Amino acid sequence: MSLLDVRNVSMFFGGLAAINQVSFETREGEILGLIGPNGAGKTTMFNVVNGFYKPSRGEVFFKERRITGLKPHQVCRLGIARTFQVVKPLQRMSVFDNVIASAFLRVKTKDQAEEIALETIRFTGLFDDRDKISKGLPLGKRKKLEITRALATQPELLLLDESFAGLNPAELDESIEIIKGIKERGVTIMIIEHHMKVIMSISDRIVVLNYGEKIAEGTPKEISSNSIVVEAYLGEEKNA
Amino acid sequence: MRKFAPLITLAFFAVLPFAGFSTYIMHILILVIMWTTIGIAWNLLGGYCGQVSFGHAAYFGVGAYTAGILYSKLNLSPWWGIPISIVIVTLFAFILGFIVLRLRGPFFALATLASGEVMRISSENLVDITGGSLGIMLQERTWVEKTWYYYIILMIAVAAFFVVKKLMESKIGYYFVAIREDQDAAESLGINTTLYKTVALCLSGALTGVAGAFYTNYMGYIDPHVVFGLHDISIITIMIVMVGGVATYWGPFVGAVIMVLLAEIIRSIPGLGTAYQTLFGILLIVIIIFLPNGIVGDSRKLARLVGIKGASQ
Repeated sequence: MSLLDVRNVSMFFGGLAAINQVSFETREGEILGLIGPNGAGKTTMFNVVNGFYKPSRGEVFFKERRITGLKPHQVCRLGIARTFQVVKPLQRMSVFDNVIASAFLRVKTKDQAEEIALETIRFTGLFDDRDKISKGLPLGKRKKLEITRALATQPELLLLDESFAGLNPAELDESIEIIKGIKERGVTIMIIEHHMKVIMSISDRIVVLNYGEKIAEGTPKEISSNSIVVEAYLGEEKNA
Repeated sequence: MRKFAPLITLAFFAVLPFAGFSTYIMHILILVIMWTTIGIAWNLLGGYCGQVSFGHAAYFGVGAYTAGILYSKLNLSPWWGIPISIVIVTLFAFILGFIVLRLRGPFFALATLASGEVMRISSENLVDITGGSLGIMLQERTWVEKTWYYYIILMIAVAAFFVVKKLMESKIGYYFVAIREDQDAAESLGINTTLYKTVALCLSGALTGVAGAFYTNYMGYIDPHVVFGLHDISIITIMIVMVGGVATYWGPFVGAVIMVLLAEIIRSIPGLGTAYQTLFGILLIVIIIFLPNGIVGDSRKLARLVGIKGASQ
């Protein structure tokens, strides 16, 4: 069953089409990879789904409910959480407080929020850093905090925007395990990633964008053998 | 010990008038507590929620004029101004918030600054309602003695302190700080930033308005230049919180003590009196450079700067 349904979405900035007539769906329980060269419209697509942008044309449905035009906080309440490519921690708050603030979405009292936050930071492995002020965290942990915080809103669909970029190999392996763990919890994931090995190994399906248009969609195997994709994107790797 | 600090301070201030101070000292104490209240109010919006307002005179003035107009036009006791200003100023803040809260950062600051000035000029010109530049004078004051005024403003300040403390330890407090730290992140974590900013503005405005209504009763005279004053109200409010400590519970109190005392001392020095605002400006620069988190926020750093041994641990 499709959880998220993007139908004919276009997003214009002035005369420029950042996204042009893109349709795809995210099925319940899967990890959907969203790839494409820089400027292909991946983050714009997240901003449309999440409600930061209202698409110029087209519609987005979540659980068969039209969510186009809703504000980000309303979209989040419905069950779509996201992380940011350029991490946005609540800088002068501790890691734990960051997570508590987002856990409050589903509960009223501080005790309940702390309980959710505690469970979430244990799951993502930030427990030992809980009292640190998030401003001083290294990038790897800030990326992890982004995921933790999004997870604490108890989403059904998680949008991950380059959560692996800039991580060292050890952090990368750890993050992949976390993503797999999130999937096992029954959360559907849509992920933007440049790291081809990662995206090919964890995605169930992949959508490829290029210059704002969808040029391919399929399983990792289909995508890696698709000649249009190879030409537009993967080809660079072969030449290198 | 720390936990009981508010109660100990409260007990101390409750018995203070029994020391038999002169009228002048009582006046200073009342001013300190009034400015603490305004500082607490500003801190809620500017310190915790991160919406730096340069126009709190608007709320102070509307509160003050609510009390004044109830007296001058409706022949009611100006004390009604205190409960009624809560309603009026909340409404006023709500409407103003609809306009200014669309803006962020420096644009918000400028819009609030303008709103204070708009209120001052309007009140000067709406002569039929406000009495214009002549202001409103209460024919008789409720008490000659200062003691009751002292206890009334003390009660208001204490209520404000505990309400803010309670709020900041709850969901709403987390949301305010989240908005301050990153509005886009807060929004995408499911926080209705427009709603919570409006709540912060209304609470902050209403509390400032109550202080304004008290001011009318206490001073017995208001005019647009005084209660809508950009320097005397809006800027001093920010200074109190900056000096005391932004986003700290005790910052507004510490800031109010310092600023009120400093103003009194400087004004009493012959030949220097009129330059007190210059000195305030210099003080603000020094604070921003050396103690950006204010005296309370940077208390450890301050202790180190003045060389108290062992304080740096």
